Order: sequence, then structure tokens, then C-alpha cells
Amino acid sequence: MTYIAKPRLHHPSLVANKVGYTRRDYEGKVSTLCAGCGHDSISAAIVQACWQLDIEPHKVAKLSGIGCSSKTPDYFLGASHGFNTVHGRMPSVLTGASLANRELLYLGVSGDGDSASIGLGQFAHAIRRGVRMVYIVENNGVYGLTKGQFSATADRGSTAKKGAVNHDAPIDLVGMALLMGATYVARGFSGDKGQLVPLIEGAIRHGGAAVIDVVSPCVTFNNHAGSTKSFDYVREHNEAVSRIDFIDLARELKASPEPDEVIRVPQPDGTMMRLRKLHADYDPTDRRSAMNHVQALQAAGEIPTGLLYVEAEATDLHAALNTTRLPLNRLGEDALCPGPEVLERLNSALR
Amino acid sequence: MNRIESVNDFVIKFANVNGSGSASANEMFAKAILRMGIPVSPRNIFPSNIQGLPTWYEVRVNEQGWLGRRGGVDMMVAMNPQTWNTDLKEIETGGYLFYDSTRPLPPSAFRDDINVIGMPVTAICNATYDDPRQRTLFKNIMVLGALTALLEVEQAVIEKLLGEQYRGKERLLESNLRALQSGFSYAKDNLSPPIGLRVKRADAVGRRIFVDGNTATGLGCVYGGATVCAWYPITPSTSVVEAFASYCKKLRHDPETGAARYAIVQAEDEIASVGMITGAGWNGARAFTATSGPGVSLMTEFLGLAYFAEIPFVIIDVQRGGPSTGMPTRTQQADLLSSAYASHGDTKHPMLLPKDPHECFEFSAAALDLAERLQTPIFLMTDLDIGMNQRLCEPFTWDADRRYDRGKVMSAEELEAGRDFGRYKDVDGDGIPWRTLPATHRDKGAYFTRGTSRNPYAIYSEAGPDYLYNVHRLLKKFATAATLVPQPQVRPAAKKTRLGVLYFGSTTPAMEEALVSLAEAHIHLDAMRLKAFPFPQSVQEFILAHDEVFVVEQNRDAQMRTLLVNELDIDPARLIRVLHYDGTPITARYIAETITRQVHALAVAPRRERLA
Repeated sequence: MTYIAKPRLHHPSLVANKVGYTRRDYEGKVSTLCAGCGHDSISAAIVQACWQLDIEPHKVAKLSGIGCSSKTPDYFLGASHGFNTVHGRMPSVLTGASLANRELLYLGVSGDGDSASIGLGQFAHAIRRGVRMVYIVENNGVYGLTKGQFSATADRGSTAKKGAVNHDAPIDLVGMALLMGATYVARGFSGDKGQLVPLIEGAIRHGGAAVIDVVSPCVTFNNHAGSTKSFDYVREHNEAVSRIDFIDLARELKASPEPDEVIRVPQPDGTMMRLRKLHADYDPTDRRSAMNHVQALQAAGEIPTGLLYVEAEATDLHAALNTTRLPLNRLGEDALCPGPEVLERLNSALR
Repeated sequence: MNRIESVNDFVIKFANVNGSGSASANEMFAKAILRMGIPVSPRNIFPSNIQGLPTWYEVRVNEQGWLGRRGGVDMMVAMNPQTWNTDLKEIETGGYLFYDSTRPLPPSAFRDDINVIGMPVTAICNATYDDPRQRTLFKNIMVLGALTALLEVEQAVIEKLLGEQYRGKERLLESNLRALQSGFSYAKDNLSPPIGLRVKRADAVGRRIFVDGNTATGLGCVYGGATVCAWYPITPSTSVVEAFASYCKKLRHDPETGAARYAIVQAEDEIASVGMITGAGWNGARAFTATSGPGVSLMTEFLGLAYFAEIPFVIIDVQRGGPSTGMPTRTQQADLLSSAYASHGDTKHPMLLPKDPHECFEFSAAALDLAERLQTPIFLMTDLDIGMNQRLCEPFTWDADRRYDRGKVMSAEELEAGRDFGRYKDVDGDGIPWRTLPATHRDKGAYFTRGTSRNPYAIYSEAGPDYLYNVHRLLKKFATAATLVPQPQVRPAAKKTRLGVLYFGSTTPAMEEALVSLAEAHIHLDAMRLKAFPFPQSVQEFILAHDEVFVVEQNRDAQMRTLLVNELDIDPARLIRVLHYDGTPITARYIAETITRQVHALAVAPRRERLA
């Protein structure tokens, strides 16, 4: 029913958050994706996370590449500026946008074709630079808009809808993100909103490059037996390694003593993240341990989900470049132009 | 034997091995003559290599002020055995050969119509210095000392330049001065100076400055308010960003906090470079990249998006010979078509065409204004000849009252007051829409940026009429651009003529010189220097006012001529190609000879007959 405009009337019981918005204010246009598409659940999770965190919608910039996933920014945060860029090149556009104005929340939405195939280079380099962003890959292992070709994240041996067997090794975006130095790495499942929303919230609060690989089944082209990205397969093999929730510092004082398996991770905004370990031998604040653990689970055929790695003291590209607090796009002639006297001195030095 | 006699008017060429430290001594030679009030125009002719391959430095000394490459060599300082034979051939009859006579050469290695000056430079150096590195470095200074004597360069001027270069490094200065003096004395005692080529103090330089185009461009971006620079190293554009970075370091840090008022990112490739400046331009920062032809090729997909999504940024294309493994250290103007029409779909982009470093400064700042005014990518088309060679030019100027033109950006107040916002709507009749920056207003003015599938209010639409409205508006905007870009400059002939000539960019000094020599030979041409694309109305009028118009450019396929024919519907028969594209800068001699030949051919067969 994508031709029907969304009614603008809000239910009176909808609650406004601290900045005065209801959840509906974080929605966008009606989705044009297939009914039941996992991507729409991710959009809903983004809406939920932004509302819960009292993010002002206009302070978010949403950027995407090309593909089904990259269409979704039109379907959430309608009051934010959005940019549907070039296939596989969202990370560079996001990097430039972030350089221009460090005050906004940069939400990059991409897919597995966009990030693991054509855009693998930009995926890696934006992470390397530590661009502060929430980079969500809506990963379904298949090209939807061009009707069902394998993507680079499809597992070896998995089959396409029409029976073709994939003989290439898959690109593991979580493994890539860990290797490239991402300071917040998570994997979610579009079918588990309860897990996904906190993962997105954690990424929004994070002070560096945050990557969330969300397994998001394609109901039209990759939801059959033989696919390793179907709802059934993912539900069967989903292995959550951690669970997060947030509490602010004030309440933290009154909190009851915590069991050993809870790790406390301070956030850049002064709050504290509580991360509940679900695997005893796993330390999500140790990059090497996280890599080993994730690899081991994947080798055993499981799909590790949850917050896989986080570096509490992460910094970003702006810190590395030592740019001014005032965003570059607000600087005027006074701050930028050295003026005619300096120019005359420069002229003299060139004679 | 015939001996070229000339004061303040000659060409001297240094043949060296790259990596031998010759560059700074050569530059000092040129600068010393300049300090004596005599215009010089040096050109580096260098390989794509760091050490061991031949490199040349050609200096034209010309009191009249001609700065183009003349062609021919009056004196060769042949320090590279690899290129000995070809270097010797280049010397004009009666010219001079200066060489290192340490190793004796058979008479057959020389020419008998030139003046040979041998100096055992290596032997003297080996006798004076133990350290091999010093032997090489001081060899250059010693040669400089000898030339000073031979050409009567004022010694005090060279000494002062050395003093400036080694300020604070007294020991180095001392040893350099000693090497200079020993070269000078050897020449005085053994080579019976002066030779027929001499320099004599004059007053022909004035307030002009001596700078390379890439430095000027980098500085222009500082003055023009660029805050985001994303780039990928590529010869011959790299020094644009190096200059921008070094000026920013001095001039763009918050005096209190030390924080940077700019961001420079070395991207992983040119696709990412242009992606970053697309994001920055979209988000309201002035952004640019510097590249060359192969980089522009990689950027073309983004250029299409930026054209249709109307994103401001500046691409500085320092042109070179193509392709990627082509002639990266040779000059050409061969990216005109690939830049003007870069990308898929119907796209075209404004290009500015500076003639020298002064205009590199001025046009790069102007390009940043134009990009925001027109909300579109702007190309600054320089080339290796201007970009990487120091050139005498007018000093940089900046009006203290000058304000940046940030274009049509709708403010929160305007949105709040209920002003209608249609991102892709032509409300002013110039084809340029209004835009908003992210985070401007709580609930007004946000839009979703796409290529073309939307209506004037940025709402998704694949309807034909919406597409047509948009692309026709873009054409109107392009027509507006023609009125805003730097306008062409006409230089009328002394006598009424039916012939015209169009030229642009680095061809300018050679062209101006050729016009004078052509006029002396009674070939009169009205000349128009193009400063930008799209072409203003005056270009069409100029062409139509003449029977034949020569189009002088430095590429094989007459790319500017193609643009003129294509954009202005000019009868191609009117436009005669004058092309130079071997990788060396075009010379006045070449232009004059080619035009003279063409004019004689025209005289034999007027246009109507040739067409019939």
C-alpha cells in the first residue's frame, strides 16, 4: 500500500520525549520495500532508538549508498536531511559531511552489496579514519533491486532462490570492522528488535566509528531453505554473546551490586553502559579476544550477535585533525581569510 | 667562428641527473637574474622518477618580458652524459656549450659550429671535498659560480640569495660561499669571461612576484575560504595540497586554542576524495580537491550526482599528458572535454582557465564563490607548465572588504517566517534554486537528496514532466553561469583584420609574443583570451565577426574547438586548429610559424573555395 500517504494525525496517547517529540515524529515516508522486509524492522529500530535517546531529528544526517537498504533513509527521520549517494561510496560522503559539521549525528545506512562488494574499500577506510558515525549494514546476502544475485557476504555453499550454489568465500563485515580498527562493533538481527534497539543506542552514544552488521533477511529473494540469511536459519543459529542496557550515572549510585558478568563502559556523554556478558570466557573490551571469539563461533556455524567489541575511550577523526569546536561550515571570512596585509607580506617573500 | 652576442635575451638550459641536487642551484641562478631586474621564465623538464634519470631546467632570460617558452637553446650546461648527444644538437649555431671536462672527450663528441667551454668540475670538487655527497652538491654551486663569471651575474646578488637560503645555518652558508667563489675564480682565471651572452642590471621586473601556480592555487583556496580538502597524490597536482596545508598551518589555526580551521584528508583514491568534498559541500563547507586527468576519470560518477543533486565543490585539475601510465611530468591541455562533460546523463560543468599563478590564486578563490553561487562543481583547469614552474606574475591582491558569496542558502528565520522552500524550484528566474543545510530548522526545510527522480520540492517522482522541468532548469542555470564566470579578454589587432585567434591558459605568454612577431610580419589578428567555460555571448560574437578564427591549444584533438562548435553551433570551417601536444610547453615560434603557414594557405584558397 505504498501509494497511500501516511496519516498525519497522531494518537493522543503517544508520549513526547524530553525534546518534545513523539515516536511518530521520527518516522519518514511509507516504505516501498516488500511486505515483511527485514530492513523495515531496522528502520523501526532506528526510530525507537532516536526517540528513546531524545535525539532531535533535524540534528541527524542520514546517508546511504545504493540498493534496497539505501532507500530506507527516506522511510525514517523525515525531519532530517538525507542523502542517497553513489553505490558503495556513502562512507566518503559521510566523512566529508562530518568534517563540515562535527555537531550532527551521522547515520550511514548501507547494504551488503554496497559495503562488501563495490564499497569494501570505502567501508574499510572510513573505519580506519575513525569517523564518528553509526554505520548500519542491512545484510541480506543478496542483491534485491536487481533480483537475486549473490552478494559478497553470501556464505560459501549457500544457494540462491533459483538453485545456484555460491562458491566464493564470504566477506565477514564484523571481522573486517574489527581488523580496520572500528571502536564499536556489533551484530544484530532484524528479527530481534529487543536486541537491536540497544545496539543502535550504544552506537549513537559512541565517540568513534561504530559499525552494526544487521542480518536482515530478504523475504523475496533470500528466505528459502539453503540460504544462510533466511529468518529460519538465523533464528536457529543466532548466538548472542552480550546484552546491553543503559543507566545514567545518577541512578548508577543506587543500583544494586552487579553480578560479575556485567561490564561497565563509560560513555562520552557521561553516562555508563552496562554490558551483560552471556559467554563467560569473552571480553568485549579486548579487540583480540573479540576477534578470536567471533571467529570461533562462526567457524562452528553460529552467528554471533550482540555488542562484540567496544572501546570506551574511542576518539575520532576530528580529534586526530584537531579541528575547531565550532563546525567548519559556520566559519566566516574573519576566521578563514588572512586578509590583504598578510598577503602583501607573502608577496614580498616571493620577490 | 660565429658567436651569439646577446644581452638580457637568451635561453640557457641545464641538463642534469635528477636527485643530484641541481634544482636549488638552478633556481638560484634564475632568481639572481630576476633580482637584477631582468625577467626570467624557467621551466623544469623532469622525468617521473626520483633519482637517476635525466632532468632539464630551461631558463629564458628576456628583458622585454616574454615569459613563454621561446624554443631553441643559446647555451647548454651539459652535466648529464646520458643526454649528451641530444643536448648538443639543441644548441643554436654560434651558441655555447658548458661541460665538465674532467674526462677527456674526443673531438667527434663536439660540434664545430658552437663555442665549447670546458671546466674540470668533478676534478676540482674531488680535490676539494672528501664526502661524496658534498662532491655532488657543491659541484652544482661551483658551476653556478663559473656561470656567474661567464654571464656577468652580479656576485653580490647570488651571495645574498645564498644567505637567505641558509639563514641560521652559518656553516652551510660558509661552505656554499666557498664553492661559489672557487667556481667563479676558476672561470675568471681560465675561461676568459665574459662570453657573448650576458646579463646587465635592468628595471623590467617591477612589483611582480615569482611563484609557481600550484602554490598560488593552494593560497587562493586559503583566501577563498576552503575548509575541507580531500585528495589523493598525483603528479602534477600534489603540490597544490602541500601548499594549502603549509599555508593553513601558518594562517588557519585558532590563536588561542591552536585548533585547526580546516580539515585535510588524504583519501584512499580519487573516488573517495570527490565523495568527501561532495559530503562537505552538501553540508555547507567550502571544499576542494586537486588532481589530474586520471583522477578526474575516477571522479566522474560522483560528478554526475553532484551536477544533478547541485552540490558545490571545486576540482583543481593540473593537466598533464595522458593516460595513467602516460606522461605525468609533461604538460598538456587535454582534459577539457573529459572535464567539461564529465559523467553520464546530460551533464556539463563550468571550467575556469587561468593563464598564470596570479590567476591561479584569483580563480581558485573565485571558483569557491561560483561553486556556492551556482551550486555545482567547478573545475579550475591549470596544467603542469603553470602549476609546477615558477612564473613571474602580478602580485596577489585581496580586497579587505571582500565577502564570500555563499549563494542561496535559506536560513532558519526565513523558513520560520513561512518562506516557500522548493529545493529544486526556480524562483528567481536564473535557474538556481535555494538550498538548506542540515540542522537548519527543527521541522522545516529538511529534504532527501537524490539525483533526478524527484519534483521541484524534492519529493520522489519518476514522472517525465518533473524530469524535464529539472534538466531544463539546469540548462538555464548553465546559461546563468556563462554570465558569472570570468569574461574573455579581447586584444584587438593594430590593423583591421578578418582573422581572429582564440587561446587560453598557459598558452597565453607564448601567444602574446607570437601576436607581436606576426604583426611585424604583417599578419594581423584580433585575439581573444578565453577565461572560462561556458562561453559568454561575446565569444560567439567574436567568432562571427571574423572569417577565420585560429584556436590555439595544447592537445591533439582540438578539444576547445570541439567545445566551441558544440556549444555555440559554430560552422567548424571557421575554426582553424593550431595544436601543440608533444608534452613540452607551446612556444611563440611554433604558434607564429603555424599561423603564418595557415594564413598563406588561406591566401591561396579563400574559405568559400575551400568549402566548395
